[in-house]
Amino acid sequence: MVEKRVIVVGAGPAGIRAAETLVAAGIRPVLIDEGRRDGGQIYRRQPDGFTRSYETLYGTEAARARAVHDTFEAIRDRIDYRAETLAWNVSDGRLWTARDGEAEAIPYSALIVCSGATDRLLPVPGWNRAGVFSLGGSQIALKAQACSIGSKVVFMGSGPLLYLVAAQYVKAGANVAAVLDTSPFMKRVRAAPFMAVLPDLLFAGVGLMRTLKTAGVRIATGITPVSIEGSDDTGVSGIRYTDGSGREQHMDCDAVAMGWHLRPETQLADIARCDFAFDAPTRQWLPVTDDDGRATSDGIYLAGDGARVLGARCAEVTGRLAAMAALSDMGIAGDPAARQSLLAEKARYRRFAQGLAIAFPWPHELAANVPDDTVVCRCEAVTAGTLRETVDIGGATETNRAKSFSRVGMGRCQGRYCGNASAEIVAAMRREPVEAAGRLRTQAPVKPLSIATVRNEA
Amino acid sequence: MSAPVQSDVAIIGGGIMGASAAFFLRRHGLSVTLLETDKVGRQASGTNFGNVRRQGRPIFQLPLANRASRIWRTARELLGSDVEYLQSGHMRVCFSDRPENVGAMEDYATKAREEGLDLEILTGNTLRARFPWLGPEVLAGSHSAMDGHANPRLAAPAFARAAIAAGAQVFEDTRITGAAKIGDDFELEADDGRLFRAPVLLVTAGAWAGKIATQFGEDFAITPRAPTMSVTEPVPYAIEPSLGVMTALEVETVYFRQVERGNIVIGGSTRAPSYPDEYRSYVLPESTMTQFEHIRRLAPVLANLSIIRVWTGIEGYMDDSLPVMGPSSNVPGLYHAFGFSGAGFQLGPGVGETMAELIATGATDIPLAPYSPDRFGK
Ligand SMILES: Cc1cc2nc3c(=O)[nH]c(=O)nc-3n(C[C@H](O)[C@H](O)[C@H](O)COP(=O)(O)OP(=O)(O)OC[C@H]3O[C@@H](n4cnc5c(N)ncnc54)[C@H](O)[C@@H]3O)c2cc1C
Ligand SMILES: Cc1cc2nc3c(=O)[nH]c(=O)nc-3n(C[C@H](O)[C@H](O)[C@H](O)COP(=O)(O)OP(=O)(O)OC[C@H]3O[C@@H](n4cnc5c(N)ncnc54)[C@H](O)[C@@H]3O)c2cc1C
Repeated sequence: MVEKRVIVVGAGPAGIRAAETLVAAGIRPVLIDEGRRDGGQIYRRQPDGFTRSYETLYGTEAARARAVHDTFEAIRDRIDYRAETLAWNVSDGRLWTARDGEAEAIPYSALIVCSGATDRLLPVPGWNRAGVFSLGGSQIALKAQACSIGSKVVFMGSGPLLYLVAAQYVKAGANVAAVLDTSPFMKRVRAAPFMAVLPDLLFAGVGLMRTLKTAGVRIATGITPVSIEGSDDTGVSGIRYTDGSGREQHMDCDAVAMGWHLRPETQLADIARCDFAFDAPTRQWLPVTDDDGRATSDGIYLAGDGARVLGARCAEVTGRLAAMAALSDMGIAGDPAARQSLLAEKARYRRFAQGLAIAFPWPHELAANVPDDTVVCRCEAVTAGTLRETVDIGGATETNRAKSFSRVGMGRCQGRYCGNASAEIVAAMRREPVEAAGRLRTQAPVKPLSIATVRNEA
Repeated sequence: MSAPVQSDVAIIGGGIMGASAAFFLRRHGLSVTLLETDKVGRQASGTNFGNVRRQGRPIFQLPLANRASRIWRTARELLGSDVEYLQSGHMRVCFSDRPENVGAMEDYATKAREEGLDLEILTGNTLRARFPWLGPEVLAGSHSAMDGHANPRLAAPAFARAAIAAGAQVFEDTRITGAAKIGDDFELEADDGRLFRAPVLLVTAGAWAGKIATQFGEDFAITPRAPTMSVTEPVPYAIEPSLGVMTALEVETVYFRQVERGNIVIGGSTRAPSYPDEYRSYVLPESTMTQFEHIRRLAPVLANLSIIRVWTGIEGYMDDSLPVMGPSSNVPGLYHAFGFSGAGFQLGPGVGETMAELIATGATDIPLAPYSPDRFGK
């Protein structure tokens, strides 16, 4: 019999729980992560030599962080853990990895992708200036290096992370000038019934608001960004926006952290030729899976925020479910009751996420209407005007065509940060729903791959 | 059902061959309908490496390549839009383990000169002084100053737009499934039932042309193949010529070029499997690896860069690697131009102009005998 090999990509909460489930069933999975340490995004470990406590680092999530880290330590010897290893391609039943300049093709019976999410960004005039960060980038600066992105920071965007990271900055003693939310406050009221399924998470959100208010941070909702001001030499000097009542406001600052909730990292699923479907509430294309996390391609399972953004706690749930599905497909029976209760838990997180999408919507009309001279694709420095010309002069009918004419999404990030907005712009130009603009197709490598890479055929 | 669309010439296949033919047919005053399954220039013509090179082609192909070359040089004025044609030179090099190739290069250069293509053979210190980034294994180079590269993503669509501006009708998302000659007219049926009629039919359907030709009782063995491509992140523009290895070994056939904004496009090594029926082809990671291996021999400096994307596209190859170009001898009014076997991007505008001339005037000075549709026997 051929040995069944299971590969898990991503050592965040989803990947670690998947690996734990596999180990418990007697399998020794390969666990791959491009990071130096386990933990993933939210439970990121601090660099060697830093000694901040779990409470300082992870706040309300300290106990969960510790539990996930402890699980990793406990299974460490029973898995084939490969850190600083990029999974860059999938082909013919093999996952291609790269580490220290060596590429390897690892055959798998099951590949569980737990690749997490990154910030969803919206182009704003001036967002390409030095001093503008994603919320994620600003949080990493704080968590990994214990430093702030500026001496006077404005947080702009929408979604729970906006308040969370701002509150983390306040607690760390940084100067937070304001939190500017594009979503009007009333939407949260409408969303409350959905979010009530997870009262503790709802309360955690209320707690964040309190932290910010106590610190005297200005919180404005229903705002519209006008521009991030500054110069090419000195970077950000201020921000201009219209407030909820339509008055234009200006504020000095030297750094802006932006993000509109998250978008899943779906590249590996795409390269593995999984089907995708348009998800109307979040206006994103997501890989199609069944409840347990089986994707449409053979042997591919998806879990955590990389499949659908349901948050860190749910990532632990879906990581377990995906591993159980993989085991069951390999003929290793699991506990049906455990599965049922995980599915029920997942359903609650999905309802909560529905609430989040209502409370903090992606302001697609802002993306569609960004001024012509605003850069949309930062890697390739392409403006909204150039992108629009691909439609009205070039005749592009969807986003891959617009990409091919204008290079939007062709750069280093391969459309991770401009893909959502460029689809909105193309669709608006054509007066079509955004799903008609399609989605940028992924090509390998998942991240840049050095030409010095040699193949290890061991 | 609406009435059939009637024109003087119908063209099946909106790659660079079909789009440029449509453009030049309009210049001869004929009405044209261009029919394309998907979008213009999305297949081989939009995914290719972008070499606009003449050397390395059979000597008898140079008149056609020269004609194309003249059009590339004036493309911006002709089409009213930029296709990023950069005449920065093209160089073929050989590795030191095949010294016999130097003689072959010199021999080729002598013959090419008679056809108006000037090549300069460079070796030793001269070669290295001019191109210090070449690897130690590179033995000699054949440099063509009047060639270069262009942007495939822009070229065919630019021809189609210019054709439309000149009065051609272009139907995208129109896959022709039925083709027959009824009386004096060809009748073409799209998969949704729309009909197109014309007394002349030009088949420029690339790797898919066989499916159309069969309907007229003509069988062509076309092998679909998909060359392996990749592109790096942008770095300051420093490498002028487009460069490729001359070799008989597929795995070491690699080439690269730098675009003005900095990215380096790399192509070659083992080709990828392709599925023309699904319009899909997939780069094999192992080929990306061998491509890296041989590109490092060609220019070791590239090892400092990273690729950000790989891709491929489907092209039709004939058994003798020469295209099929010319009138059908079985069906009056039927013309072919397909099977460009991995080297048709440069030829594209020349093929369009030649086919238009042939259709409109009944003759052309470009020697077409080597490409005769009849050469494979029946
Ligand atoms: C910037 C940011 C900040 C966040 N902050 C918080 C927060 O403070 N509180 C909160 O509740 N939630 C937060 N979230 C959400 C939270 O991070 C996620 O819900 C949670 O981490 C999801 O867990 P996961 O296991 O799905 O993915 P992750 O924890 O993101 O783990 C994914 C792992 O996969 C690895 N990976 C991905 N692709 C590859 C590849 N191709 N090759 C190799 N490795 C790969 C990554 O290195 C990463 O370690 C944040 C999210 C982001 C993006
Ligand atoms: C990856 C790659 C790299 C290459 N590199 C180079 C290079 O550097 N230099 C060079 O000179 N050449 C190169 N070539 C070759 C060159 O791209 C081709 O020779 C050239 O583009 C062929 O053009 P075409 O119009 O015949 O084919 P295509 O561009 O493939 O066009 C054929 C069109 O016909 C359409 N079609 C097919 N069937 C039907 C139907 N039934 N109804 C309607 N429409 C139909 C297809 O959709 C397609 O758009 C390369 C090719 C590839 C794939």
